[in-house]
Amino acid sequence: MTNQQLNSGNPSVDIEYRRRKSAEEMRYQVVSFSLMIFLTLIAFASVAIKGFTSWFTVPFILLLAAVQVVFQLFYFMHMSHKGHEAPQLFLFSGVFVAILTVLTFVTIVWW
Amino acid sequence: MSTIAQKKGFGGTIWDFLTTVDHKKIAILYLIAGGFFFVVGGLEAVFIRVQLAVPNNDFVSAGAFNQIITMHGTTMIFLAAMPLLFAFMNAVMPLQIGARDVAFPFVNALGFWLFFFGGIFLNLSWFLGGAPDAGWTSYASLAIHSKGHGVDFYVLGLQIAGLGTLIGGINFLVTIINMRAPGMTYMRMPLFTWSTFVASAMILFAFPPLTVGLTLMMFDRLFGANFFEVAMGGNTVIWEHLFWIFGHPEVYILILPAFGIFSEIFAIFSRKRLFGYSSMVFATVLIGFLGFMVWAHHMFTTGLGPVANAIFAVATMAIGVPTGIKIFNWLFTMWGGSVKFTTPMYYAFGFIPSFVCGGVTGIMVATAAADYQYHDTYFVVAHFHYVIVGGVVLAILAATHLWWPKMFGTMLNETLGKITFWFFFIGFHLTFFIQHFLGLWGMPRRVFTYLPGQGFDFSNLISSVGAAFMSIGVLVLLYNIIMTSVKNVKVGNDPWGDGRTLEWSIPSPPPFYNFKQLPLVRGLDAFWLEKMAGKKGMTPAEPLGDIHMPNASFIPFMISLGLFIAAFGAMYHKNHAWGLPVIILGLLVTFGSMFLRSVKDDHGFHIHKEDLVEDNEKGAKA
Repeated sequence: MTNQQLNSGNPSVDIEYRRRKSAEEMRYQVVSFSLMIFLTLIAFASVAIKGFTSWFTVPFILLLAAVQVVFQLFYFMHMSHKGHEAPQLFLFSGVFVAILTVLTFVTIVWW
Repeated sequence: MSTIAQKKGFGGTIWDFLTTVDHKKIAILYLIAGGFFFVVGGLEAVFIRVQLAVPNNDFVSAGAFNQIITMHGTTMIFLAAMPLLFAFMNAVMPLQIGARDVAFPFVNALGFWLFFFGGIFLNLSWFLGGAPDAGWTSYASLAIHSKGHGVDFYVLGLQIAGLGTLIGGINFLVTIINMRAPGMTYMRMPLFTWSTFVASAMILFAFPPLTVGLTLMMFDRLFGANFFEVAMGGNTVIWEHLFWIFGHPEVYILILPAFGIFSEIFAIFSRKRLFGYSSMVFATVLIGFLGFMVWAHHMFTTGLGPVANAIFAVATMAIGVPTGIKIFNWLFTMWGGSVKFTTPMYYAFGFIPSFVCGGVTGIMVATAAADYQYHDTYFVVAHFHYVIVGGVVLAILAATHLWWPKMFGTMLNETLGKITFWFFFIGFHLTFFIQHFLGLWGMPRRVFTYLPGQGFDFSNLISSVGAAFMSIGVLVLLYNIIMTSVKNVKVGNDPWGDGRTLEWSIPSPPPFYNFKQLPLVRGLDAFWLEKMAGKKGMTPAEPLGDIHMPNASFIPFMISLGLFIAAFGAMYHKNHAWGLPVIILGLLVTFGSMFLRSVKDDHGFHIHKEDLVEDNEKGAKA
């Protein structure tokens, strides 16, 4: 488990491996963090710059938001790690139910 | 501190149940409260049948009839069927996976008290100016114009009870994911545990839409919003969608545990491993999955358009496939088994043809074009009573007989049990079979009376006679329960003699820590495997050690009580000046209790190894 404490006192723990793994993790986090800030800037820009209609900006911002949620889940909340299969299953099921609901509302209730 | 088996007086017992966090005692609370509401809902059903027994009857007025049908549906679904299933889930599921309690015992108690206060709030409407009268579906176009406070009781009461169900479901999920005994893999879990798991996942996703719908309705009725008011730009169909996005999964939340109960019964009393275990698991999960894609079949006639109707019709019929898999697996479990005709097995036998009837009419009403004919007639009433009474209620009655010894340590009388079955079963078919034809002949549902000479008279009388039979069945069951409790003849670990799963390997009722040592699970039907290997009990998976237990707490009761008080404030704040202070007072009680819980460290206590050993030597059953 890469997300456990380094100072557990367990002699069988390969500290060198852990350190490398953590450094790698940190790099991913910084990269995704700067990407997220960049995406946010683009979202603001698409509203601020004249010439785009709301038919473009609204779906575009929603798309950026979805990308950010994925970054958040996988890089900050460690969903890519082992042992997170059950939370993944439930998150995706929830997303599925939510999408189905939204899809119905936009197809047969409002339009 | 010796924590084992202290004698208590009557007051002490009451206090014990008010503060308990033990899953077995909470199960008993669910059983008592759910049983009470079942009798209340049953009485309402009897009033309906008395009113409809003869044409032009004036036993109740039209307004009162609307209140009775609304409360009958709401009570039976939310306050009787769900809590009774929760009672068995609480009592049995932790034992079946070899756990000492659920994952969050405190939250378990909170879930019960929220349900209880929600149910009491809803039923207080009878004494405070009239019950809800817009049907159990409470369609917005009707509900927002309902006079008086009836629908407000519905909205606020269900909101509180729904919270309880939601956190109960989450608790079961975490328990099954995290607290299985060593060796208890997912594919070794008993079918009742599997169906609890899938039903809890469905609760997790189905109850939030109900919460949203009820919140919008609350704002419309009590705080001047216009979400569903067409004249103000709202949309009344949104309520129907939100309600059924919850409502259709809800009926699978009810039927899946019923399937789980019958799977246990067929295996135990055929004395044979459940046929097609993995396909049963697959079918359960698939039903749970498909259950979320079919809700609009309740709304075929609202004008969704042919494409939407066709999609939802086909998706609905697809559910027949996994259900069919289950039916055949149960039949094949009995095939070649050594079948023992006990009371639970009677119910299981009665269940298969009854439920298949309900399934067949289900396919009929799922056909969108034909549904225009069936919609809002007694045909639909007959259909859903065949699946809910023929499936869920028969399962609840069967489980009551099956697990009564495990919950209370005494055996219900078998002869009385079979008498109950025959009265209930014959009464059920007498009441509802004829309603299919009433529907096809054109009798609309939810009418408080009908004129003579339209061909409805005699059929309605038959239906009412059936309701009397069912009532006699329930009365015999109550008598059975009282007599069994009075006689109080204690039984051993495995009173049916053919128990297969872990709950039958420990005393009846189990000691409050369930397992002295967690059992080692070697395969499906863990206890049966050990018995076949010639052993008396389970092999322990751990040495005897101290057991960590949670402390009892009065806080869950107070949190729920606060919401109960606040609900009264919310309801009366428009007409009375004291409404707002009461809302604030109630919320203060709730959040104050939560705050107390957060700042006060409660680490629970340990049962020491020495006490456990001593307990063993004395042969006490705790």
